[in-house]
Amino acid sequence: MSQKVLLNQKEVNIILHRLTCQLIENHDDFSETVLIGIQPRGKFLAERITNMLLTNYNKKDIKLGHLDITFFRDDFRRSDKPLEANTTDMNFMVEGKNVVFIDDVLYTGRSIRAALTAIQSFGRPIGIELLTLIDRRFSRHLPIQPDYSGRQVDAINEEKVKVNWAEFEGEDSVYLINN
Amino acid sequence: MSELSVNHLLGIKYLNKQDIQLIFETADHFKEVINRPIKKVPSLRDITIANLFFENSTRTKLSFELAEKRLSADVVNFSASQSSVKKGETLIDTVNNILSMKVDMVVMRHPSPGAGIFLSKHVNASIINAGDGAHEHPTQALLDSYSIRERLGEVKGKKVVIVGDILHSRVALSNIYALQLQGAEVMVCGPRTLLPKYIGELGVQVETNLKKALNWCDVANMLRVQNERMDISYFPSTREYKQQYGVNKELLNSLNKEITIMHPGPINRGVEITSDVADSKQAIILDQVQNGVAIRMAVIYLLASKIKQ
Repeated sequence: MSQKVLLNQKEVNIILHRLTCQLIENHDDFSETVLIGIQPRGKFLAERITNMLLTNYNKKDIKLGHLDITFFRDDFRRSDKPLEANTTDMNFMVEGKNVVFIDDVLYTGRSIRAALTAIQSFGRPIGIELLTLIDRRFSRHLPIQPDYSGRQVDAINEEKVKVNWAEFEGEDSVYLINN
Repeated sequence: MSELSVNHLLGIKYLNKQDIQLIFETADHFKEVINRPIKKVPSLRDITIANLFFENSTRTKLSFELAEKRLSADVVNFSASQSSVKKGETLIDTVNNILSMKVDMVVMRHPSPGAGIFLSKHVNASIINAGDGAHEHPTQALLDSYSIRERLGEVKGKKVVIVGDILHSRVALSNIYALQLQGAEVMVCGPRTLLPKYIGELGVQVETNLKKALNWCDVANMLRVQNERMDISYFPSTREYKQQYGVNKELLNSLNKEITIMHPGPINRGVEITSDVADSKQAIILDQVQNGVAIRMAVIYLLASKIKQ
């Protein structure tokens, strides 16, 4: 197994600030916007961006939820590994709101497809955008593209992109892992 | 999330501790789902489930059907009273006819103990036992334990007394297996005539004095007297049964602690439990009903995930 650093701590930090600023550019005071972290790994990125909005950019009352998509996936009974569900934590409705989906890596687009269905259980949003730290372009199975992207990566199918967070893995970094 | 160790849910006896843990964790997610404005997920949209009820049921049938529909499965219902069973068809023939219509899973209630086990050996579908005679009723025991876990934090170390007609009860046997598997202490309480002769062999305590039993326990699971299964008289009168084994507010207030009251339904108000107890905060009877849907969704989902395409 070999691995290559795609982004180090400093680069991750610069990108997070850029993505946060881009969100502010489009969503102003976030009064009509809700941020949704896609479980399991999008949760960490969504929490980081929310913290930045609150502490670095003095935004107030950011609505943040976490959405689990397990029961909406299209590979139930198709994969060898049982699907592992995570907690959905949504204490608000998205009816009439602007929704921003946040996930760490955009790969085939199937998770986002599932999230687009899952979010309907919480109302009909005005619109949905997608923010992702890593966009594995040229790997898409579905016509889904991010509105905010940290870094585009060209990786082949056998390779894995791993996003680490200081709170959990000890450092902010992104690795390209080749098995 | 790992997998269940079984391909059918025939009884708690065939499950292990990890299976129960997995079912509860999955049910936690489904409980959140059924409290959403849109209470439905598309997971089982390519699965067809037959509900075969060879014996009357209201709550269990409704709960299973709701669970199946909330998972987006296609559902066919069958009840023996309106079927060819009355015309002399055997169980295997009835089920095979239904399975030839491409059914993936069968939920069955049957008056004969072991009917589910028999079926699982002869037909190619996942079987869920929704009650087989006086044998087992696994989903009821799972939802009972899940409700205890929800109310008291955990099942391990808790003292649970099952009160009433233990002899004719499938709920009692499944509950005993489930509670013991999770490390709870179990007692049964009722008139001697309604306690099976060898019940002590299951490792449960036996008590005939209700007040002593209630003072011992954290949770009392009150069972109904199953008059429809009684061919002889097991106690002198309903009035006497009520006096000896009925729980009322006065009795609960006289205890040295506050206990949790459960009932699998249907309740005979004023017999095993009075209305003021059934409707009190100590009773978690309606929580049990709500948890029943989440537990059944979890069981169906986990078993369906083992049906490969």
